[in-house]
Amino acid sequence: MIRGRAWIFGDDVDTDVIIPGKYLRTKDIGLLAEHVMEGLDPTFASRVSPGDVIVAGRNFGCGSSREQAPVALKAAGVSCVVARSFARIFFRNAINVGLPLLEADVPCQAGDVVEVDLEAGRVSCSGQEYSGTRLPPFLMEILQDGGLVAHRCKERSISDHGESAGVKRP
Amino acid sequence: MTGQTLSEKIFSRASGKLVHAGEFVMARIDRAMIHDITGPLAVKGFYQIAGENARVWDPSRIVVLFDHQVPADSLKAAENHQMLRAFAKEQKILNHDINCGICHQVMPEMGHVLPGNLIIGTDSHTCAYGALGAFATGVGSTDMASAFATGKLWFMVPQTLRLMIEGILPCRVTSKDVVLRIIGDVGADGATYMACEFRGSTVSRMSVAERMTMTNMAIEMGGKAGLVEPDRTTMTYLKDFAVEEPFTGDEDAPSQVRHYQVDDLEPQIAMPHSVDNVRPISQVPKTRIDQVFLGSCTNGRFEDLQLAAEVMGGEPVARGVRMIVIPASRKEYMKALRSGLVEQFMEAGALVEAPCCGPCMGGSFGLIGAGEVSLSTSNRNFVGRQGSPKGFVYLCSPAVAGASALTGEITDPREI
Repeated sequence: MIRGRAWIFGDDVDTDVIIPGKYLRTKDIGLLAEHVMEGLDPTFASRVSPGDVIVAGRNFGCGSSREQAPVALKAAGVSCVVARSFARIFFRNAINVGLPLLEADVPCQAGDVVEVDLEAGRVSCSGQEYSGTRLPPFLMEILQDGGLVAHRCKERSISDHGESAGVKRP
Repeated sequence: MTGQTLSEKIFSRASGKLVHAGEFVMARIDRAMIHDITGPLAVKGFYQIAGENARVWDPSRIVVLFDHQVPADSLKAAENHQMLRAFAKEQKILNHDINCGICHQVMPEMGHVLPGNLIIGTDSHTCAYGALGAFATGVGSTDMASAFATGKLWFMVPQTLRLMIEGILPCRVTSKDVVLRIIGDVGADGATYMACEFRGSTVSRMSVAERMTMTNMAIEMGGKAGLVEPDRTTMTYLKDFAVEEPFTGDEDAPSQVRHYQVDDLEPQIAMPHSVDNVRPISQVPKTRIDQVFLGSCTNGRFEDLQLAAEVMGGEPVARGVRMIVIPASRKEYMKALRSGLVEQFMEAGALVEAPCCGPCMGGSFGLIGAGEVSLSTSNRNFVGRQGSPKGFVYLCSPAVAGASALTGEITDPREI
């Protein structure tokens, strides 16, 4: 269960406002976190607290394929993004970097405490429950492993271990 | 038995089984592209996933090039370039380095894109390659890292949105105006997860360059890919490369359909700050401009430069306006050079830069300051896209860019 304070954003939040192009030359995720959401709210990065949840409208993460967008949100402490819908590249990238997300229409206010149950695909806020679109099991597994890199490493170590124990791969 | 769309056929071939829209598949990748902005993360992820001595699945199917920050505009950019150079050398991967131009122009013109291919690139405008009948889509760096290791990636086979475009485009109205009109209609997320097929008699008459402008912008309505079915024009474009007999989609394949008649289409402008905020130019209020950018993977080809130059007719750029012209690739640059276009733009007071993304993504040079207005033939006008978050970006065709450069305000090229 994810529990955090809500930040509210509207429709079509693009990856250029999540992390502007001028910061993409860095590999320093701390620097990305310092500038996250700068295009929409220059105070966001200094006010966001670990565990906070973003609640947004349609087409969250549209635009550029930059994976630095979900990386920056995660590095800033955002624990989950709940949106009415996601742009498809951001959706894949968020799962691949281990940033939880759920497609759901949640009409809450800034600062409300929201609870997100990813397994069940449900969000609760101010005593109301909202259902969203549950992630398919193979995507949940990637998220639970902390992203695609960790997931693939786990698969590799299982298969290496299997072979050394005398189990032959087909 | 209902037929299959072109996308369904490509995914069937790439996954080795008959598939339809909505199915999840593990598909073999024909070609993968990384560039200087998103490449370093992909390379880092690859070694994390596969181990520090790992080899990529097939170096002959990967292309590396630099286009976003070239020539290296900072030490950090130089370090990213060095890292990718070393990776390409070690893995024996083709590296076009800074020499060839923007990925989405270089990939098709070098023969890295063939009809029926499944192609991924770590750039959202990878969808442009569909102009040649490939299924090409943008992915993030970690998806690419995983594909480098295995040569495969999971996909949901997309539904298809067929955009039927009929009629003869009026003089100085272009495929950019058509695609802006469509995006204004469909909306920024109206085609999310869908394959956008551009069809109809207007498209049949278009050159590959004109088609690329449209498929490039499929992502701006949420599309997973933009496609044009391969035809004689496609095969002529690819005449220097070995191409198998291409296949097309079945007419009866299930799809959504939208119809557009373009005989009376006006030039279209995408107003700040979203690409679907589109108006015909007659409804755009008088707007003074500070900078004109003619270039990008959307409209930086020779034909685009030629059209803008024809509208400008040798007249000078208006006082107080900066015009930046960037041909999309070395080949396009050489065509412009040999035909005298570079000279004409320079004589007019414009700057002609070497092939690269330039101001388009606001990460290198040619940025705008607070309160400034950029009129741009590129593909995005989001807040801060070309520099200051307090700047304004309007998107247009090369003809509008040329006309407006002369007057210093957004101008209908049919009135010049």
